[in-house]
Amino acid sequence: MIEFDAVTMSFAGIRAVDALSLTIAAGERLALIGPSGCGKSTLLSLLVGLVVPDAGRILINGAALSPQTVIAARRRIGYMIQDGGLFPHLTARDNITLMAGELGWPEGRRAERLDALATLTRLPQPMLDRYPAELSGGQRQRVALMRALMLDPDPIILDEPLGALDPLIRADLQDELKEIFAQLGKTVLLVTHDLGEAAFLADRIVLMNQGRIVQDGSFADLVARPASDFVTKFVRAQDRRLVAGSTGSS
Amino acid sequence: MITRIAFLLLALCLACGSAVAAEAGLVIGSKKFTESVIIGDIAADLGRAAGTNVTHRQELGGTRLLWDALRSGAIDLYPEYTGTLIHEILAGERIPDAEALNAALARRGLRMSRSLGFSDTYALGMTIENARRLGIASLSDLSRHPEIRFGLSNEFLNRADGWPGLRAAYGLPLRSPTGLDHDLAYRALTSGAVDVIDLYTTDAEIAADHLVTLVDDRHYFPGYDAVILYRIDAVRRYPAVLASILRLEGAIDTSTMITMNAQARLEHRDEASIATDFVRDRFAIVTEDHSQGLASRVVQRTLEHLSLTLVSLAAAIAVAIPLGVFAARYPRIARGIMTVSGVIQTIPSLALLVFMIPLLGIGAQPAIAALFLYSVLPILRNTTSGLNGIAPGLRASAIALGLTPWRRLRRVELPLALPAIFAGIKTAAVINIGTATLGALVGAGGYGQPILAGIRLDDFGLILEGAVPAAALALLTEAAFDLAERLVAPRGLRLETGSGI
Repeated sequence: MIEFDAVTMSFAGIRAVDALSLTIAAGERLALIGPSGCGKSTLLSLLVGLVVPDAGRILINGAALSPQTVIAARRRIGYMIQDGGLFPHLTARDNITLMAGELGWPEGRRAERLDALATLTRLPQPMLDRYPAELSGGQRQRVALMRALMLDPDPIILDEPLGALDPLIRADLQDELKEIFAQLGKTVLLVTHDLGEAAFLADRIVLMNQGRIVQDGSFADLVARPASDFVTKFVRAQDRRLVAGSTGSS
Repeated sequence: MITRIAFLLLALCLACGSAVAAEAGLVIGSKKFTESVIIGDIAADLGRAAGTNVTHRQELGGTRLLWDALRSGAIDLYPEYTGTLIHEILAGERIPDAEALNAALARRGLRMSRSLGFSDTYALGMTIENARRLGIASLSDLSRHPEIRFGLSNEFLNRADGWPGLRAAYGLPLRSPTGLDHDLAYRALTSGAVDVIDLYTTDAEIAADHLVTLVDDRHYFPGYDAVILYRIDAVRRYPAVLASILRLEGAIDTSTMITMNAQARLEHRDEASIATDFVRDRFAIVTEDHSQGLASRVVQRTLEHLSLTLVSLAAAIAVAIPLGVFAARYPRIARGIMTVSGVIQTIPSLALLVFMIPLLGIGAQPAIAALFLYSVLPILRNTTSGLNGIAPGLRASAIALGLTPWRRLRRVELPLALPAIFAGIKTAAVINIGTATLGALVGAGGYGQPILAGIRLDDFGLILEGAVPAAALALLTEAAFDLAERLVAPRGLRLETGSGI
């Protein structure tokens, strides 16, 4: 369970997150969505302690995040950063097992876990010995996901996991990702700017604007019962793009 | 990988360091001109004949440097001239006679030998033909020939005991003399461009160019008797060695000194072998010829040069990388660190070396300290910029994985910054090798030694003997770093071309 309790966070005088409260139940799959700069990625950064809130508390499974607990908390969170963040100087294998090695996992345990993850994400074994620069975009995302999942964390948080991929690969990976989430049965917190992707991968959608939650509910709620004009406009903008795309006039 | 390189360098340093420390015994210094180097070599031979280890730090620099080195105990003795002591070093005191001079020296814990047998003073000289034609034999004869053209060295023109006093003493014409470089003056005189030049009475060119020195009939020029100046405590520490060296009192007459100078300057003979011959002929002491063959000279210079470079570079790496890490983490402090090391970088290397002498004496230490300071900035700056240049996403993902700050640095940040750090070390190494040639000015040896001697003796071959290996070493170092870079840099980083991660 993840709780944001009246969390406020400012960058250079602008409130990226504004007295926001949000509770995510164990096993829930939630998508954070909104225009860029709405604060959705900042929520993930706050959760892993990359930034510290100006006010408010963050609790993970009931324990408040603090400078003393943050390193242990990070190891229980599987964080897939935007664009993957794979270390270019390490092979895919070393990227994935870096933290497990630091924690002293024996070789056998690491290999076993790596095997299971490769099967789960359908990454061909030979790719493990390549460097990130030698992998395709889709393969890199798989490796990044494997790295996030290595320590068997809960929750899993993903920041635009499919953002940089071309549409065909993206659609394939969306299918796979949904399947993986279902298999794992863990709490998932996903940031995306794509309403369709949010609806496909998550049960619950939180739409944010200017650091606040505008609407919290299902995709159907957003479409049928918009909480404000902004929600309507946001849904329609994504809609219009879909229509424009289908007629090929864009 | 960095640790391994650091260990390797550290091991090399210790090896070199112990080699440097092994030098001991009586230390002789000499000034940066031929006569002083020859006397230093002779004294060293005589000292060694007494059976002790003697070190000759040759051509350390000018009078002031030698005097300071003697007083600080960095050297035990060096050849000096009475006139220089009275008119230059102790110019602030009134020293009417030899007794007063000895007393002034004793107050400073110093003593001088009796005259070595020759005096090297300023004089004016002409070609024999001119002197005969005009009937000039003495300085007072000059006042009858207002048409005579003077070509005088710049130092002589400006010294109070030089031209201004001379002109007043002899009532010489007021026409202003031409200022010349001393080495060029001989050529100007023999080509007829000037009629009279100033010279040192033991200059080899006097005989070679058929010159006459004009008699100082009004005794204007002070006596510049050559002496050995030594520390009184050296008498206690090395009584036999000093006694052996002091056999030089009265042992070198003027013509012998001129001959020896000529052998060095005109025949390009090695000072050490000139000294060996003198000691054998005069004292029947056969010393092993300390003049080395070209190969062994180059090997020795290479070892000296490498030890200067390696010790200072290793120390700079050991300091600059942690400092760079620190500066990358605390940008506010970084500005201060960068400013200080930037200012050090702008100090001319010669000045920096001279600053080091009062702190560290002479020899390898001040050179290593100066080279260390020069090497810090490139490594420091590249370490900091390498770390700051890491993509924010990579930094964030290292944090988010749960790595501790130290492990983050070790496993992610330093490896990513390694190419930049490596480039910094390479720059520092190449600068260091070039600058280390100046180390010879403070007695550190290395490739600068033959360069300095070559400039002094106007011997282009000798200059090349230092300059060529120095350039080769710099190129070799650069090539070695390029190779090492390929071996050390993680393969993944070399692949990273145009592939956006």
